[in-house]
Amino acid sequence: MRNMKVTLAGVELKNPVMTASGTFGSGREYSEFFDLGELGAVVTKGVASTPWPGNPTPRVTETASGMLNAIGLQNPGIDVFVKRDIPYLKTFDTKIIVNVCGKTVRDYCEVAERLSEEPVDLLEINVSCPNVKEGGIAFGQNPKALEEITREVKRYAGQPIIMKLSPNVTDITEMAKAAEAGGADILSLINTITGMKIDIHRRAFALANKTGGMSGPAVKPVAVRMVYQTACAVKLPIIGMGGICSGEDALEFILAGATAVAVGTAGFSNPYAAPETVKGIEAYMEKYQVEDIQELIGAVRQI
Amino acid sequence: MKNREFAVVLDQKEIACDIYSLWLLTEKTAEQAGPGQFLSVYCRDGSRLLPRPLSICEVDRAQGRLRLVYRTAGRGTEEFSHLKAGDRLEILGPLGNGFPLGDGRALLLGGGIGIPPMVQLAKELKGEVQIVAGYRDELFLKEELEAAGTLYIATEDGSAGIRGNVLDVVREKHLSAEVIYACGPRPMLAAVKEYAEKEGILCYLSMEERMACGIGACLACVCRTKEVDGHTNVHNKRVCKDGPVFLSTEVEL
Repeated sequence: MRNMKVTLAGVELKNPVMTASGTFGSGREYSEFFDLGELGAVVTKGVASTPWPGNPTPRVTETASGMLNAIGLQNPGIDVFVKRDIPYLKTFDTKIIVNVCGKTVRDYCEVAERLSEEPVDLLEINVSCPNVKEGGIAFGQNPKALEEITREVKRYAGQPIIMKLSPNVTDITEMAKAAEAGGADILSLINTITGMKIDIHRRAFALANKTGGMSGPAVKPVAVRMVYQTACAVKLPIIGMGGICSGEDALEFILAGATAVAVGTAGFSNPYAAPETVKGIEAYMEKYQVEDIQELIGAVRQI
Repeated sequence: MKNREFAVVLDQKEIACDIYSLWLLTEKTAEQAGPGQFLSVYCRDGSRLLPRPLSICEVDRAQGRLRLVYRTAGRGTEEFSHLKAGDRLEILGPLGNGFPLGDGRALLLGGGIGIPPMVQLAKELKGEVQIVAGYRDELFLKEELEAAGTLYIATEDGSAGIRGNVLDVVREKHLSAEVIYACGPRPMLAAVKEYAEKEGILCYLSMEERMACGIGACLACVCRTKEVDGHTNVHNKRVCKDGPVFLSTEVEL
């Protein structure tokens, strides 16, 4: 048996594969396809202090090897989430990571505090959603604001926190260092890349929100590069994501320096993408006789 | 557990300009399918990530066969239009709630590419079935609809049936009903909703929206609802999971 266990801020995952926030709801829909216990962790869709209705439709559109979304963080609010979704996720043998969103620092802290006594393992702080006007990205593109919100949320959080970084910045390492300075325990990257699509026949934006976040295989090289740069710049463990569809894709991130990985958009074209990614990593370890996944983390070499 | 499988293409024909009829042989999907439900159909070209939601036109549960009738509207459906007998096609379904079946006097209103789901619905309804099919110009599925109920036709250019839309036919022919089922473009659904509510007729609308996952997880395909929805606690039901069929009084158009 090869060791696929990884540890993030003291939380041990049976394998390094989790879901990417916003693509997986709270797991219920995908549990009709596979046992969520096959995954290292489930990362929930962003939850705020109150219910958010999200953006007008159309909210998604396809692009070459990718897609744009502008859901706008529609979510039921923390009360419903705590009552309904956490007990549901607890029925599976997997770790629970709750993605937290808000419009103000206070909002984030409120949700983090509400979750502090709940049986969740980690919080992922969404300071990088490109599709909401207030909050979110406002914190994710300014190193000072990012450091401050990290410090504040950390004061209220009962669990270690993951700061989710935006790729829509000039230098991702500045943001990574700011989050580290603010006391982040883990970093996750990348969130989606802001994009736009125009329907030439209607001469209109494809999305009601005009812009959307781009994800899918098309963004993977950008994501791998940013994970590598971040791993070189900070000491914090990294959860890598962006276009992962298979174990092979995941291994690029791990070799670039990610301790864990998340599968998101791939689940739309293949509902089994996340568990298949686990199996793909296992097959690679078998093929190359890797005893422990630790041997692979950041193991990329220059040719 | 949900069912994703490779179906085998039995036959495909272009039955009108850009409208294709595709018969599939499935292992499990057909036997579970009902009128008003849809399939997620996956492209072979991996650069097209998202499944295309295509509505079910006819089901032959005993033989495990299922018919999709769709319009080519982009590269994905264009890819499907080249499928030939013997080809394999990846599908997931049946998805969505489908039309609830009653035995009252029914009025089925289909507009454009909203016509195909009316075929299986008409076949399964127990009571009197009146169908109004609204076309731009070229007709399709006429024989199937005639075989399943009393068919009235509307065309925008007046080349067949009554010149106008489905509601023009309903008014001109004084069609009455205990229940209305409608599928078609949004302006048509909005007009049907208004008509049904004014006349006090129970009415089901099949809605369409851009989807990503097709299974209720991503919250892309929501429609505005009067009441707070059970999933997100706002006013947005999921077309793919809570729908695509909604009571007219439930949704805001």
